[in-house]
Formats: sequence, structure tokens, C-alpha cells
Amino acid sequence: MTTKMFGERVPRVEDARLVTGNGRFLDDLGHDALEAGFVRSPQAHARIVDIDVTDALDVDGLVAIYTHEDLEGRMGERLPLLIPHPTLTHGRTPYALAKEEVNHVGEAVVMVVATSRYVAEDICDRVRVSYEALPAVVGVEAARAAAHLVHDDVPGNVAAVMVQRTGDADAAVDAAPHRLELDLAIERSASTPLEGKGVLARWDADDRSLLVHTSTQTSTSVRQAIAAKLDLPVDRVEVVTPDVGGGFGVKIVHPWPEEVLVPWAARRLGRPVKWTEDRREHFVSSAHERGQLHEVRVGYDDDGRLLGLSVRFWHDNGAYVPYGLIVPIITSTQLLGPYKPGVYRVEFTSLYTNTVIVTPYRGAGRPQGCFVMERVMDAIAADLGLDRTVVRERNFIRPDEMPYDQGLVFQDGRQLVYDSGDFPASLAKLKALVGWDDFEALREQARGEGRRVGIGLACYVEGTGVGPYEGGHIRVETDGTVVVSTGLTSQGQGHQTMLAQIVADELGVPFERIQVTTGDTRRFKYAVGTFASRTAVMSGSAVALTARTVRQKALSIAAQALEADVEDLEVVDGLVQVKGSGGGSTARIELGTVAVLSNPLRYAFDEAAARATQFAAPADPDTPPVGPGESPGLEGTDYYSPARSTFANGMHAVVVETDPDTAEITILRYCVVHDCGTLVNPMIVEGQIHGGVAQGVGGALYERMEYAPDGQLVNASFMDFLMPYATEVPTIEIDHLVTPSPLNPLGVKGAGEAGVIPGSAAIASAIEDAEGITITSMPISPSQLFELRRAREGRP
Amino acid sequence: MSVDLVRVSFTVNGSPYDLELDPRRLLSDALRHDLRLTGTHVGCEHGVCGACTILVDDAPMRSCLIFAVSLDGAAITTTEGLQSSDGGMGPVQRAFHECHALQCGFCTPGFVTTVTAYLRDHPSPSPEDAREAIAGNLCRCTGYQNIVAAVQRAADLVTEGATGACVAPGTEEPT
Ligand code: FES
Ligand code: FES
Repeated sequence: MTTKMFGERVPRVEDARLVTGNGRFLDDLGHDALEAGFVRSPQAHARIVDIDVTDALDVDGLVAIYTHEDLEGRMGERLPLLIPHPTLTHGRTPYALAKEEVNHVGEAVVMVVATSRYVAEDICDRVRVSYEALPAVVGVEAARAAAHLVHDDVPGNVAAVMVQRTGDADAAVDAAPHRLELDLAIERSASTPLEGKGVLARWDADDRSLLVHTSTQTSTSVRQAIAAKLDLPVDRVEVVTPDVGGGFGVKIVHPWPEEVLVPWAARRLGRPVKWTEDRREHFVSSAHERGQLHEVRVGYDDDGRLLGLSVRFWHDNGAYVPYGLIVPIITSTQLLGPYKPGVYRVEFTSLYTNTVIVTPYRGAGRPQGCFVMERVMDAIAADLGLDRTVVRERNFIRPDEMPYDQGLVFQDGRQLVYDSGDFPASLAKLKALVGWDDFEALREQARGEGRRVGIGLACYVEGTGVGPYEGGHIRVETDGTVVVSTGLTSQGQGHQTMLAQIVADELGVPFERIQVTTGDTRRFKYAVGTFASRTAVMSGSAVALTARTVRQKALSIAAQALEADVEDLEVVDGLVQVKGSGGGSTARIELGTVAVLSNPLRYAFDEAAARATQFAAPADPDTPPVGPGESPGLEGTDYYSPARSTFANGMHAVVVETDPDTAEITILRYCVVHDCGTLVNPMIVEGQIHGGVAQGVGGALYERMEYAPDGQLVNASFMDFLMPYATEVPTIEIDHLVTPSPLNPLGVKGAGEAGVIPGSAAIASAIEDAEGITITSMPISPSQLFELRRAREGRP
Repeated sequence: MSVDLVRVSFTVNGSPYDLELDPRRLLSDALRHDLRLTGTHVGCEHGVCGACTILVDDAPMRSCLIFAVSLDGAAITTTEGLQSSDGGMGPVQRAFHECHALQCGFCTPGFVTTVTAYLRDHPSPSPEDAREAIAGNLCRCTGYQNIVAAVQRAADLVTEGATGACVAPGTEEPT
């Protein structure tokens, strides 16, 4: 009997190569390639007056210097607007190299190609760009005030205004017996994977084809984008994702300027060219997220039940909007969490600023939405003198109301309909895990010791597994090896292990015989990408469906060979055998042999093949060797395309201690209850939660992008942008609730982003509880908490 | 412009090298691109993340902050040199695997070298000590929970022909 792999803590197949130093990340490739460096704008907003390369020309090792003027055809046009939307009336995207104007510090102005990166940077230092400074627009308030414009032709700096409503929410608020208004803010942070971006391109002049390696979350779409920009037939371009050192959203954006410039230069020069982003470049020329201001009006009854909720918020989209409005759309819809909001209206304005672009970072607008809704819940509880869990419970969607239609349109253009979840059960688990009902005794005890502690919680719902589709291809080799590929990419989530677990069970083969490839367009051409916690749902379902098809094909070929009925056969441990024969019978055949028989041959190129040649194989001489509707090879391709997203959910509770003197904030306990449907590999899911929580803690207490008013990012290094080390991340306690999704064959809902979503909300709730001071803005530093204390005491 | 190359000899993972290098070449680049030992990774190039940590005469150092030519006569160890003698995972590497202490694996070589050096002086760390021992290395993926567990598991695996399994913090049962 094959051991069941689905649901097991299977150790990862990825690890051995990674721990021994045998991973292959982008900069581990192409040691002999030319290397690119970029002259980037030191100004946040300026006109380019002149570019003078005279001093650079005598540097040994210079190969080429390019400016926008060198970019011919579509290369000279703006980069694509990836996700258009009817309300995105003023969408602006950058050029691959700035044309006439720069709009943020870090924007690429000149590309240098040289024999090494050292030389490329020497040359960059000698290129003189003169600028005429323009006023910089930095921060939501400045963008909203619109005293200056980022783009001359975008009035008010407004890229888009979008409204969604389920009715007249303001009237519902006005008519409610209780009302509150809140102003809430979240600052900028960023994905900050430990490996930055990078591109390596090799042009084969004889074949007129490009092979590109890039550290991306979507190789298939980068391929299309490069083909379009370079005016190449798409089948002349292949894009391979090597090992990727983390993504967390930033690498879903494409094509980055460098992703088209490096291949373009490689073709033009006829030599391999590589670019590896350094840390400072990553800070100033990749992407950020999170910065939003929110104004909330809420009306509720005497029990704390929501009657009306009206939210307006302002989203800082940075200098350009290549990724469209996905982040604010997600905030505006996922803000509702597990609750019934009464009548709801949300309006957001997406604003240009002279700062780095804003695109999804793990959580993608949900942490802000969760912060807003959970602050509202706490405010209602405080206003009515109710326990915070009671207010939440009263507003929960009940399990018997699933599927639940929130009456809005989600980020995938589909209705926001929750498929599953049992929120009261999750809350009960969380209260038990953290000891919610016993906390007052702890607080008293701490108080007796002169210590200040507080507890907080936050709940969220996360739309996961968004479409439109993913696919899988499975081929059984003649030696029984099972080769699986899917088009989306991996950045460390353990997809090779997780997908192999699914295929092992569905196909009936030993886990060790399965090899999984992701993100290589030579192997699978059609895919969307890795984002929105979608891999287990989308590619997991796709490879499961594919495995079922291949299994069926194996059974029918084996049935002929064994002269048995398909219905009587099973595949166990890589063997097709008569059901219940326990492997004792001679009536069994290896999948590898089935693979041989599946491909009738003329030529015996090896021993296995010899068995399928015309004089060896027992075939009916009167029927075609490959029948109608059949195809040679024990392989198959299938796709999974759901009508709607799945919805995972979870709740976090946090206990903090705040130092009465220094206002230092310490997390004493961090508890998670998580429902991502069925778990393919609980070890991997828990790892995803751990990583998400660490980013949530970072976003709540440490990380912020510090922009000076002139648009300089003053903390663009790991010395000044404070990512948590091990000493800043508490021990994370996890409990799971499993409510399977009815939408896909596996019942999975996706787990990648969950851990980060409620961090700021839960920690704000706990600090507020410890201090008795209303927290309206995150992240919060000890100095900020100290200032809040002084303000409460009426001190300046 | 041409540079005067400087001659330097050192060993890496026991193999001797005799190189002529641009004096400004960082050790991280020399290891990765001249010797093609790409297990050592570069996450910041300013000494903060620890991904580039290697051992110089058994002491952990950040190869992004060292000029390669300054190490004449040194014995350098990278994660490649911490494999088992048969080319499989060495004890610290195995502990990271067993404890699911890596996701993308980009930070991992720097942790493996750091932990190797630490355990030499601290053979049986408490969970608090284990956490402190890795507090100079950044990981963006794992939230460190399982890395702390891996330090303790590695201590077991290094000191004896260990049995048992990895115990992650926040869980009762072995994972
Ligand atoms: S790369 Fe050396 S410390 Fe980050
Ligand atoms: S495993 Fe990805 S940075 Fe540590």
C-alpha cells in the first residue's frame, strides 16, 4: 500500500541542494556574462537637461552606454500597464530608461554594460547627468493637497477614484443609535526579499532566440512582455526562473525596466548580459506598499452590531501604477473580514507621489483593511463597554450562512462570495489558545509587579487562489520517473515538495520518483504566476487533475497488456495491478513499462524502447497503433480554472508588555488560529505562517520607509530599515481549524500571505489595552508611544 | 585605467588557491565568481544581513566586508565545506532540513556557517542562547522559529550519533 502523502509533514526535497550551497540563484549563473549597471536619478522630481558620458569613455572594460535615445521601436515606449481598470482614468507607467523627466529617486536614467560590475559602477560614477529640479510630491497629504503635480497631465495627482457600495451607508450610519468616526493610518513598508531582482539574458544569433533567466514570480508573463518589447515571435523567447531568494509580491511586477533592457542589450551586443540588483537599488527602484490614510464612519446598535459602515481612503501609489489598482481594491473589499457590515460604502482615491512605485507586498492591502475593521471593532467594544471578542462574535457571518455574498466585486473581477469558514469556532479556539478569559488575573498580577501588559486580537478573511487558471503537465518516463511541471514559479514555498505530495497520492507512485519543475517556460508555457496565496489551490488542483488523467491513461494501456478490465485495476507504488491482489499476483505491470507501451516505436534507441518496436510489441495488427483520440506517451496536461476565489481566514491574539519608563514594546505571546482548508503539508503551512507573522511584527513595530520631504529615502539600507532579527520575533503558537473549500478537488484554500495580515491590527489592539491610549496609526515605535503618553498627560 | 593585480594565497574548504586579484575585489565576489563557490550569498553588501558569512580560521566573518587580498594564508570555510564527507548534508545542514529551518534558502549558508562556529564553543545551548546566537543574521522567510529549533537540533547532531527529532518552539510534539 502506498503511504498517503497528502496532509503529512514531508521534509522538503528542495533543502539538500540549498543547505549545501548547490542552489542556483540568479547571480550564481552567467559568471562570464557582461554586467550591467545603472545611473539612477538622485532627484525625486526633475527634468533631465543633459547626459554627458565624455569622462566615462576611457574606462577599460566599457562595452556600451545607453540612454532613452538609444531605445528603438517599442523599447522606447512606456512599459505596459499590467492591470487596466475603467476607474484608472489616469494610468501612467515609466519608460525603461527615463525620457526627459524623472519621477522618483532611483529611477533608471542610463544603462552601462561593462566587463564586470565593478567596472560598470566606475563608469556610472563618471556619467554626468544634469537635472532641473522640480517640486517633489511626497506623502498622501501632499499628493491630496496637489499644490504640485507629479505628472503635468494628471490633475490633482489622482490616478483613480473607485466607489463600491451595497446601499446608502451614510444614511444607515446617520440613522444608527450609536456612531463613531475614526482616522486611521498605515505607513509604507516593503517586501524586501533577501535576494533582490536579477536578470541574465543570452541571445543566440544563429537561432535568433533568447534565453532569459530572471528572479521573478511570473516567468510566462515576462516571456510575453519581452517578446512584445523586443518585437520577437514569442516562441523565440524562453524564460527560466532559477532558485529565487524570496519574493513576497515585489517580483510579481513585470517587466521591470531591467527585464527588458538586459535582453535587449544582449541581442544588440550579441553577448550574454547580466544584472544583479544590489540592496540600495532594491530600496529605491523596486516597489513598496502599505501607505494609506483612512476615514471611517460607523453606525451600530446597542449590542454592537454594525448597521452602516462608510470608509474613504487615500492610497499612495508612488510615481507610476504599472500594477493598476489591485492593492486598494483588495483593501476596499477585504476590509470586511469575517463580518457583516450592515450597509457598506467604500471610496478610495489612488494618488501619485514622487516616490518608489507601490505594488503588492504579502497581504496586498489586506493588512490595512484588517487594521481599519479591527480598530472599528475595538472602538465599538470600548464605546459600549463590551468584551472585544463579544462584539466580533455578534458581527460574524455564521457558518450556516456560507457561501456568503458580500455584494462587492473582488480583485479578480468576480463577486466577493466567501466559500467557507467557521468564524465562531475559530474564535473559540483562539480564546482557548491564548487564555483570553483568564487574562484579567494575569494583568492584575503583572500590575502588582509594576509591569504593564495588554492583550489584543484581530480577525481576517483572505481571498486566495484567484484565477484565471494554472496548468500541469505530467509525463511518466520509461524508467518510472514521474516528471511534473507547472508554469507558476517558486520563491521558497516548497512547491516541489507540496506538488509531489499531491501527485504521489493521485497517481499512486512513490514520492521519491517524482520530480517537479516550476517557472520554466521551456517546460510549461501557460501560467499566470505566484501571488495571492494561489499555488496550492491553482497548481495543486491542476496537477491533481492531470494526475487523474494520466492515471486513467495508464490503466487503459495496462488493461490491454494485462487483458483485464480497467475497473479491476489500481495503481499502487508505481505498479498497475489487479485490485486487492496485494502485489502477489503476476498480473501487474510497472508504470515505466506502461510508458514504454504507450509510445509505439520503430527504432530501439535503448533497451526499454526495444520493447515497444514493431516486431516486439503485442499489438493488434488490424488497428492503428495510436488510436483515434489517443496520443503517444504516458503523459497528460490539464488545467484548473475556478469560477471564483477561495477564502481562507484566521485570527491572531497577542499579549504585549510596555515598559512604563522607556515605552519599549515587547511581545510576550503570539497566538494564531488559521483556517486554510485542508493542509497538504502542515510543516510547510506553519512555516508560511511563521514568516508572515514575522513580517507582521516588523510592519507593526519596526519597518517604515522614511522619506524626507524632498523625496530622498533616508533609510535605504539594512542598517536603517529595521527588519526583525530572531530577537524581535516572539515564539509563535499555532492552532488549525480545517473547513475545506467546496470549490476545488483538494479542499485547499491557500496559506502564503495569511500570517502577515492581522499583525498591525492585533498588536495595536494589545498596546491600546496595555496603555489605555487609542492607537490610530501603525507602525508604532517606543518614541511614538512615549509621545502619545505625554500627549495624554497634557504635556507638550 | 588599468589596475595592478595583487597575489594572494589561501585555502577554501581545504583546497589551496593562488590568485591574482584586483585589490578592491570583495571576498564574497572572489569566492562566488572567481572560484565559483556560489553557496555564499550576498544579501546587502553592507555587513548587516549575514548571508555572506564564512569562516576564516574557524571564526565567522562577513565576506562582503573583506577584501580578498587581505586574507593571505587564511583557511576559509564556506557552506560547501560543511557537507558530510560523502557530499551529503553535514550535521548543521541536516538540522536545518529536519527542522524546516529554510524556505528560499538564500540566507541559509550564512546561518549554517554562523551556527557551526557557535556550536564549537557552545555545545548545548538553551533555546534562549540559540536565539541569541543567530540574532545577527536576517531571514525574511522563516520567522526564525525553526532556525532556533535547528540550532538545538544541530547541537545534538554535532555532538553525538543523534537520535530523536527536531522540536520546534510553540509545539509540544516533534515536528
Ligand atoms: S551580504 Fe554581507 S552581511 Fe549582508
Ligand atoms: S529562507 Fe529565505 S531568507 Fe531565510
